[in-house]
Amino acid sequence: MLEQTLNSLKSFIPETVLIVSLIVCIILDLILRKKSAIVSVAGIIGIIISAYFAWMQLDMKGIAFSGMIVVDPYSVFFKMIFALSTIIIIIFALFSKEIFESTHKNEHVYLMISLALGANLMASSVNLLMMYLSLETVSITSYILSGYNKKVKRSSESAMKYVIYGAASSGIMIYGISLLYGFTGSMNIFEISMFLSKANLASSPLMVLCIVMILAGFGYKISSVPFHFWTPDVYEGAPIPVTAFLAVTSSAAGFAVLIRFFATTFLQNGMILNGNFGIIPGVNWPEIIIVLSVASMILGNFVAVWQTSVKRMLAYSSIAQGGYIMLGLVVANQQGITAMLIYLMAYLFMNLGAFFVLILISNKLDTDELIGMKGLGYKAPVICIAMAVFMLALSGIPSTIGFVGKFYLFSALIHSNMFWLALVALMNSVVSLFFYIKVLKYMFLMKPDEGDTQKLKFSPGAYIMLFALAIPTMFFGLYFTPLVRIAEFSATMFGIK
Amino acid sequence: MIEFKLLGIGILTWMVFLPILGMVVLLLMPKSAEKYIKYVAVGFTSLLLVLAAVLLAVYDPSKAGVNTLSGFQFVEKLTWIDIPAYLFDGRIKIEYFLGVDGISFPMVLLTALISFVGAIASFSVKRNEKGYYVMYLFLVTGMMGVFVALDFFLFFVFWEIMLLPMYFLIGIWGGERREYAAIKFFLYTLFGSAFILLVMIGLYFSSKDPETGLRTFNMITLMDPRTFAPDSIFGVLNVTWRLIAFAALFVGFAIKVPAFPFHTWLPDAHVEAPTAISVILAGVLLKMGTYGMLRISWSIFPDGARYFMVPIAIIAAINIIYGALCAMAQKDFKKLIAYSSISHMGYVLLGMASCTQIGINGAIFQMFNHGTITAVLFLSVGVIYDRAHTRGLNDFGGLANKMPKYFAVIMVAMFASIGLPGLSAFISETFIFLGGFKNEFIRVIAIISTLGIILNAAYILWTIQRLFLGTLPEKWNILTDINARELISTVPLLVIVIFLGIFPSFMINLMTTSVNQLVNFIWGIN
Repeated sequence: MLEQTLNSLKSFIPETVLIVSLIVCIILDLILRKKSAIVSVAGIIGIIISAYFAWMQLDMKGIAFSGMIVVDPYSVFFKMIFALSTIIIIIFALFSKEIFESTHKNEHVYLMISLALGANLMASSVNLLMMYLSLETVSITSYILSGYNKKVKRSSESAMKYVIYGAASSGIMIYGISLLYGFTGSMNIFEISMFLSKANLASSPLMVLCIVMILAGFGYKISSVPFHFWTPDVYEGAPIPVTAFLAVTSSAAGFAVLIRFFATTFLQNGMILNGNFGIIPGVNWPEIIIVLSVASMILGNFVAVWQTSVKRMLAYSSIAQGGYIMLGLVVANQQGITAMLIYLMAYLFMNLGAFFVLILISNKLDTDELIGMKGLGYKAPVICIAMAVFMLALSGIPSTIGFVGKFYLFSALIHSNMFWLALVALMNSVVSLFFYIKVLKYMFLMKPDEGDTQKLKFSPGAYIMLFALAIPTMFFGLYFTPLVRIAEFSATMFGIK
Repeated sequence: MIEFKLLGIGILTWMVFLPILGMVVLLLMPKSAEKYIKYVAVGFTSLLLVLAAVLLAVYDPSKAGVNTLSGFQFVEKLTWIDIPAYLFDGRIKIEYFLGVDGISFPMVLLTALISFVGAIASFSVKRNEKGYYVMYLFLVTGMMGVFVALDFFLFFVFWEIMLLPMYFLIGIWGGERREYAAIKFFLYTLFGSAFILLVMIGLYFSSKDPETGLRTFNMITLMDPRTFAPDSIFGVLNVTWRLIAFAALFVGFAIKVPAFPFHTWLPDAHVEAPTAISVILAGVLLKMGTYGMLRISWSIFPDGARYFMVPIAIIAAINIIYGALCAMAQKDFKKLIAYSSISHMGYVLLGMASCTQIGINGAIFQMFNHGTITAVLFLSVGVIYDRAHTRGLNDFGGLANKMPKYFAVIMVAMFASIGLPGLSAFISETFIFLGGFKNEFIRVIAIISTLGIILNAAYILWTIQRLFLGTLPEKWNILTDINARELISTVPLLVIVIFLGIFPSFMINLMTTSVNQLVNFIWGIN
């Protein structure tokens, strides 16, 4: 037992490093006793070291801590995504006036690291209990983060809402888990899969109930309809870096666990045939996912059209984007999962970029309303052109990274002859253009008010960060070989033959 | 295969990316040099024109192209995306594959010509010139790319990125309802391209290159029936799916044409767009729709083209007659020309629906002629609007004496638009109707469509009457005649119109070998 645990620790190095850097950041914060970039830098260094160790796990495939977590290319991929996005968000926080003006010192840095830790565990857990615990780790940290500005009413309100929805969802989820456990007698998803493959109780409607209940937990993390109600309010209330963090890192973590759960648990005999998952008869989870996906796309896109606040609009847009990503799961094959991973990479760049522009703008203008951006293209051209790139990427115009993601998702659908679903998704992305381009309409098509033509100035660091996000958004749109190679490599999960 | 390189780079690449180079130059220009921006932009488009002339000199009209790779000229083929082991599905390969044949060559010439004219016409833009010309050149790249791309993926990328500059050009420099018009244009076209994308991906997954055994986006390979496995979704046995795909593609392209009932974006876009952009829109953009049909729908799904001959001809007839009737009801000069474009693009559709040599020759020729003639008409609208700040047809009268040179220019263009013998459109329209009569399935529809010619003459002549005849209202005594710059942008086009009216075989010769090949291919003769 002890030996096994010690062995397991070897595959736990990235997470251990995160824990250490978390502690280091807390101590540094206590020593410095004031707002300081040093803590952020220490945090970033910690994450980089952790990412390095995660990278070292690239060719590893193993199970650790008596079947609690696994190490496989799939989890390494997500660890990289989390590391990259957390680093970017910590840098965002340095730029954000909201974070700077809060009464806290540097708490956000180690809260973010702990969220990344939870996310790492989510991506690698193969035990239902572990999934639940890591999901809660992420959730609780997000509650604190979204109420970060405790003096701001909106922020506290959003945290409160988040807690209530979160508690309800995870309550439902744990109930679903207990049902599944009662059914199968195991918490380990491989064992559940084995049990379900042999037993013929799968056609029971209770199975569907289990799935739906467990989906409540995952769906809440990826803000899928009908578990999305917290999203707009929390996104609007939380400081923008936190919003970006929730939209990208936390939702990617939700996808990580969602994909693994469905791909592994309901796999017939743990086998993949020609890249297709053999689904256990009777457990028709792709149909449930189709419903959620289509509902998320339609609701997200159509409600986003009416928003006047860019932050709120991005909240609905991320509901819709979550709907697109889920399409990859519907086809239940490796190609679909590859497409999802590609989309998640694309999503990281374009969504973080959009939020960064929002941070820069609201620092200067103290507003995230569309109307406040009137004529901004003439006052801050570079920032607004970058925003144009991100918006067009989100709506999936070719030659941006967003198109590559959508192209692969739709390819996966069409390859499985799901033309109608691809058509629904495509029509949705036509609708989505309407509100994404609305931002550009305010920025470029409308002229600034009379006498308000002074150019806005931004620090060189802001421009560097902006280009660091905008250039990949364009470059990988034109040359996407690396993205696809990475995703293909990472689509292999432990325990699936 | 004819190859032609400048500085080691193929001439078509030069033509596509020269405007991008121009964009970069414009962006790097310092503030002090702002007044030279327009000249630089004109310089780059005139370089494009020079390259087009070079291309014309070297072009070999005896090569067919269409579905034979060896028949394409100035071919450039590079690997763009090549991912060796796409999971469980062979490898994915997207090529940077350019080339021209008789179908695309007239369009390449037209694009170069209209881009140059449009750049000169843009001199009247006074606000934020740098942004305007940057967008303008970007648009030119997109258009040129569409006409020379032979890889479906590449084609699609050009097709879509061209929307962006257009959105901003209409939306920033347009008229009063510019925001509405710009977004309407964008959404409509994006709606159409959703269908194109679906079919594109579907084709990819049905294909298997007979030589390499890989899936492909290569249009020429996709035209080969052997490429499709019989049981694949667009395989030869899957007749229904092939027809659905044809219909979906048709919708995608028809929006751009625009064919009834997808035409409603056009009048709005035209009325709100600045003059030069209207010229580009009518001159080149609409042709992308019909070109796309010939290059992709007709060639990859010849069975669809045969099957849907009659419905397409009916849509064409509606376009011709409905467009003309709408034009007749307009009080706004620009809107009238916009509706006449719908009517004239109907002729193109009719010629294509006939699937005969003469009909398709006429259609491509009409695409070129409509480009030149409508460009002049929109420029003429711009001339009067710049002076009088109104386009109301009923606000004018008796301009013939006040602006004689303008009158001369517009008369030639308008008579060409009617299809007067001796002017280019006469030949193309005649060809189209001959094609329509020759095909017995659509003969009746073609006969009905001839009504359009009369309506066409009616609204044009009525327009001439309202603008130029009668008495000149007091307030228009201030109007000045057309100036040198405006003459430079219109007269060369009119010279081409007259030249092609007298000597049409110059243009027909360029395309006819390819058209024969295409028609034979559609009817499965070769």
